[in-house]
Amino acid sequence: MTDLTDLGVAAIRDGVRAGTFSAREVAEGFIANVSKAKALNAFLVETPEHALAAADAADAARAAGETLKPLAGVPIGMKDLFCTKGVPATAASLILEGFTPPYESTVSANLWAAGAGMLGKLNMDQFAMGSSNETSAFGNVISPWRRSDGGNAPLAPGGSSGGSSAAIAARLCPAATGTDTGGSIRQPAAFTGISGIKPTYGRCSRWGTIAFASSLDQAGAMARDVRDCAIMLEAMAGFDPKDATSLDLAVPQWYAGLSGDLKGKRVGIPKEYRVDAMPPEIEALWQQGIDWLKDAGAEIVEVSLPHTKYALPAYYIIAPAEASSNLARYDGVRYGLRDLPEGAGLQDMYAATRAAGFGDEVKRRIMIGTYVLSAGFYDAYFTQASKVRTLIARDFEQAWAKCDLLLTPTAPSAAFALGEKSADPIAMYLNDVFTVPSSLAGLPAMSVPGGLDGMGLPLGLQIIGKPLDEQGVLNAGLALEERAGFTARAEAWW
Amino acid sequence: MPVTIATVTKIASLARIAITEEEAARIAPELDNIMGWIEQLGEVDTTDVAPIMAVIPNHLRLRDDVVNADPLTGGGIRDAVLANAPQGEHGFFTVPKVIE
Repeated sequence: MTDLTDLGVAAIRDGVRAGTFSAREVAEGFIANVSKAKALNAFLVETPEHALAAADAADAARAAGETLKPLAGVPIGMKDLFCTKGVPATAASLILEGFTPPYESTVSANLWAAGAGMLGKLNMDQFAMGSSNETSAFGNVISPWRRSDGGNAPLAPGGSSGGSSAAIAARLCPAATGTDTGGSIRQPAAFTGISGIKPTYGRCSRWGTIAFASSLDQAGAMARDVRDCAIMLEAMAGFDPKDATSLDLAVPQWYAGLSGDLKGKRVGIPKEYRVDAMPPEIEALWQQGIDWLKDAGAEIVEVSLPHTKYALPAYYIIAPAEASSNLARYDGVRYGLRDLPEGAGLQDMYAATRAAGFGDEVKRRIMIGTYVLSAGFYDAYFTQASKVRTLIARDFEQAWAKCDLLLTPTAPSAAFALGEKSADPIAMYLNDVFTVPSSLAGLPAMSVPGGLDGMGLPLGLQIIGKPLDEQGVLNAGLALEERAGFTARAEAWW
Repeated sequence: MPVTIATVTKIASLARIAITEEEAARIAPELDNIMGWIEQLGEVDTTDVAPIMAVIPNHLRLRDDVVNADPLTGGGIRDAVLANAPQGEHGFFTVPKVIE
C-alpha cells in the first residue's frame, strides 16, 4: 500500500475526492510523522486536533455527497509568523512568549476556508530574520538532508522559513506556508530540494502576519512540486480590505493554467548574477537550466541588471529600518513578555523587556534600523537606499523590454552546516544575493529543485517574473521540473 | 563614520534595548563592519532619482467613515485586546508609575 505521507497536495486532494483513502487516514499518517520527527525541531506547536477536525469535515462532506473544497483533506504546516486563533504564536521569539492570538490571519483563514487543516506551527528564524534558522529562540531546525561524506554534520534547512522547508522535505506535511522578505521562501526551498513561490507583493494579505519589513513581506507557498505550489497559492491569495497594500484583483486560476510549454517566451539571463567565487556546480546547474528552458521552447537572451550588487546593502538598510519601526510594538505592555526590574520606571521596563525578549540578530537589525533612521543619518542611508531601490526596480523594468522571465540560481551555495556562518553576519547576508533584488522590486519569483551537488545536497533554480505574472513563473518552474526529474529525498535518520 | 561604543550606547537607548558596557563593546565592531559594507551605496549616482517605498502600483483606499466599519478591526473588543496583556486592570493596560 502507498504511504499516504509520500503524496503531495494534488494527489491527496484527488484521492480523498475519489474515495481511494479517507482524509482522516491522511491526517493520521502525517500526525504520526510529525510526532516521530522531534529531532528535526521543525514544529513549535503541534495541533493534531485541528488537522483531524478538518479531515473529518472533508470525509463527512464527501459522505454527504457535497462538492469538496479545493484543499479538502489536505493537512498543512503553518509558519509561526501567521497568527491562528487560539494557538500560541511567537515568531520564534521569547518576546512573544505566552501570546495567544484572539484572531485569525487572512492567509490562514483563506486556507481553512479552502478545507485545509493545520498540523502545527512551524519553527523559523526569529521574526523571519535569518537565512539558516539559527536565530530561533527555540533551537535550530535541522535539515533532513545530510552530506554524502558520512560526516553527519547537521545542516541548515535555510531560512527564515526553515521549519516549513524541513517539514516538507521530511514528509511531515505535504505543503506549508512561508513568508519571503528577502528570500525566506526560495532559499530554504533550494536548500531542501522542494519548491516555493513568493507571489507579487500584495497578492497575499499581510493582515494577521507578524510584521518584519512591511514593504517587502509577502506570504507564499512551499510544497514538493510546482503544481502543489499553484494549488496552495491560489487558496492563500486574494484581496483583503484589512491590508492597505493588498491588491484588489481577482486570483487567477494558476493551477488550471499550468503549462510547461514555453514557446514564444523569452527568458533573460542576467549577467550580473555571475558572481565571484560561484561554485562550478552552481554554474553548471544554471547552464543546465538554460538548456532545459530552451528545450521547453523558450528563447534565451542575455540581459543586464546593472544595480544588482547594490541590492543587498540597500536591503540591509530598508529591511532593518522597517523592522525597527514594526518591532517598536513589543514593549511589555500589550502582549508577550514583560520584564519589570524591582523599582523600575516605564522606560526601564521597555529596555529590560526588549533586552530579555529579542535575540541577538533581531537586536542587531533593530539597532541598524534605528541608526539609519536617526537624525543626521536618515538621508545618507535610508533615503539613498530607497533611491537605489528605485534603480533596482527600473533595471527589472528595462529587462522586461527584452524578456518575459529571468532564470538565475536561487542561492550561491548548497546548504551549509549549522554554525558555519553564524559568526559572520555579512557572510550570512550574502546567501540572499540572488533573491533580494526581486524582493526589493516586489516581483513574483520561485525556486524549483534542479539537481544535487557533489555532496548529494539539493540545488535550486530561480525563476523571476513580471509583476502579477505568477502564471509565467509557475509555467517556467514546471518546465524545469519536468526536465530535472528531481526525485532525490533525504533518507530518514530522525 | 565609524560606529563606536558611544554610538552603540546611544542607538540602544533610542531603540529601548538595555545593554551592558561589555555588550556595547562587542556590538560596536560588528555594526561598524556591517555599516562599512553598506557604505558602498554611496557610490551610486542617485541624482534626480526619487525614492520609492511601494514598488507595485496600488491606490490607497479609504474605508467607510463610520464607527466599526469592519467588525473585525473595529471597536467593542476590549476584552480581546486586553486578553494578552502582561498586566491589566479595570479594562486598562497597566504600567509602572510614569510621573513621580
